[in-house]
Amino acid sequence: MTEDNKKLGLIASILALPNDSPKKTIIVAFLLCLVCSILVSTVAVGLKSKQIANKELDIKKNILTITGLLPENGDIEAAFEQFEVKVVDLESGTYADIDPATFDQQQASKDPAQSIELTSQQDIASISRRAKLATIHLLKEDDIVQQVILPIHGYGLWSTMYGFIALEGDFNTIKGLQFYAHAETPGLGGEIDNPKWRQQWQGKKVFDQEGTLKIAVIRGHVDYKMTDAEHKVDGLSGATITAVGVSNLVKYWLGDHGFGPYLKNMRTAAEK
Amino acid sequence: MASKIKSSVIDPLIDTNPITLQVLGVCSALAVTTNMMAAVIMSVALTTVIAFSGLFISSIRKHIPSSIRIIVQMTIIASLVIIVDQILKAYAYEASKQLSVFVGLIITNCIVLGRAEAFAMKNPPLLSFFDGIGNGLGYSLILLIVAFFRELFGTGKLFGHQIIPVATEGGWYIPNGLMLLPPSAFFVIGLLIWAIRSWKKEQVEKPDYQIHQVHRTEAM
Repeated sequence: MTEDNKKLGLIASILALPNDSPKKTIIVAFLLCLVCSILVSTVAVGLKSKQIANKELDIKKNILTITGLLPENGDIEAAFEQFEVKVVDLESGTYADIDPATFDQQQASKDPAQSIELTSQQDIASISRRAKLATIHLLKEDDIVQQVILPIHGYGLWSTMYGFIALEGDFNTIKGLQFYAHAETPGLGGEIDNPKWRQQWQGKKVFDQEGTLKIAVIRGHVDYKMTDAEHKVDGLSGATITAVGVSNLVKYWLGDHGFGPYLKNMRTAAEK
Repeated sequence: MASKIKSSVIDPLIDTNPITLQVLGVCSALAVTTNMMAAVIMSVALTTVIAFSGLFISSIRKHIPSSIRIIVQMTIIASLVIIVDQILKAYAYEASKQLSVFVGLIITNCIVLGRAEAFAMKNPPLLSFFDGIGNGLGYSLILLIVAFFRELFGTGKLFGHQIIPVATEGGWYIPNGLMLLPPSAFFVIGLLIWAIRSWKKEQVEKPDYQIHQVHRTEAM
């Protein structure tokens, strides 16, 4: 008998076993799992680079959308070139000397060495840990900042909502807000994606004259006769918890424990 | 053989439709029918999974120990679903974001397991493959009809293009928000079942029992 024939003999003898014998049950289960796991992992690994590229492109598209620079022809990469990417040290509010390409904020917020734990009082956005550094995008014209895009995230009703908020060159007026990943109820909390609702954010002021954080999502509609209407955004009916979540996460990220120190530094610099 | 294949593809469209006759897979029919695009992608994904699971399960059907047959079927179905999900994420990112968990939930779609257990375990691979295609298409047909009504009356759009001018943008049509909520899919599917059973009387089920008519004299 040659080696091949012996092998064939083994397979044939397994196949010939009665289907319900314990030996065959275990062999079939094992082989099936082996084949399926090889298939699944091959596909997952093979397509990973493409999926990551898709995700990055989606984030770039979101940033371009809130800044109002999304090109008609769809060349996102080229349009994205005009942004300057920086890494900010949140506590001191200054730029950190790190190559933005190597820094992943979401990864960092899970790493104890690169993040801080928030006390329950600080943690109004329910994110429990926050990275010490954050990646931001700047749009400059003749070296003067026209827009700054800050990453924000926080918990809604069902999910952590990830998004961006864009501020104008005065580091106070909101240019836009958009979430790129969330799993809120479609039609209710999912209305945070509604262009009409998002449009309301445009032109709202984050801080008042004294520099106190005032921005908030309220319940119901904003009364435009009130003096503080410029700090308020309409709530979403049927989605109170999501709306409160958005309000809290915006307050957190623009407040003292988020980008507050950075924004303060930039405002003082801009006034000079 | 050819006629068998033909009937296994044609029959599930109306005569043995998985949704309207067997009332299986209704969960995803509620979830992904708010717009046509999502329904089309879900249909393609489900049809692919159901056809290939039929093919693979049928080709090893003579060696599946009956004590673990459901697990074997589920493992094959689950692997196929993950592969489809990964492919969508790589080549149709926007759509996969919209469908989110529902692609993954094809694993638990009763139509897939139902066809595997009822058909693929007893029939040759090629026939099982086409049976899967047929049932997938039957599911797709209903999904597309439901999505057509829901998207058209819910937003005035089809495939994202405005068909009826809506009031908020200066038109005359006030969108019916209910159409975007899950209950409306129930209504549309219910109406469809009614329509099909009025047309094809043989689909009407016999009542399980008849209430016995009691005469007044008998009761006394």
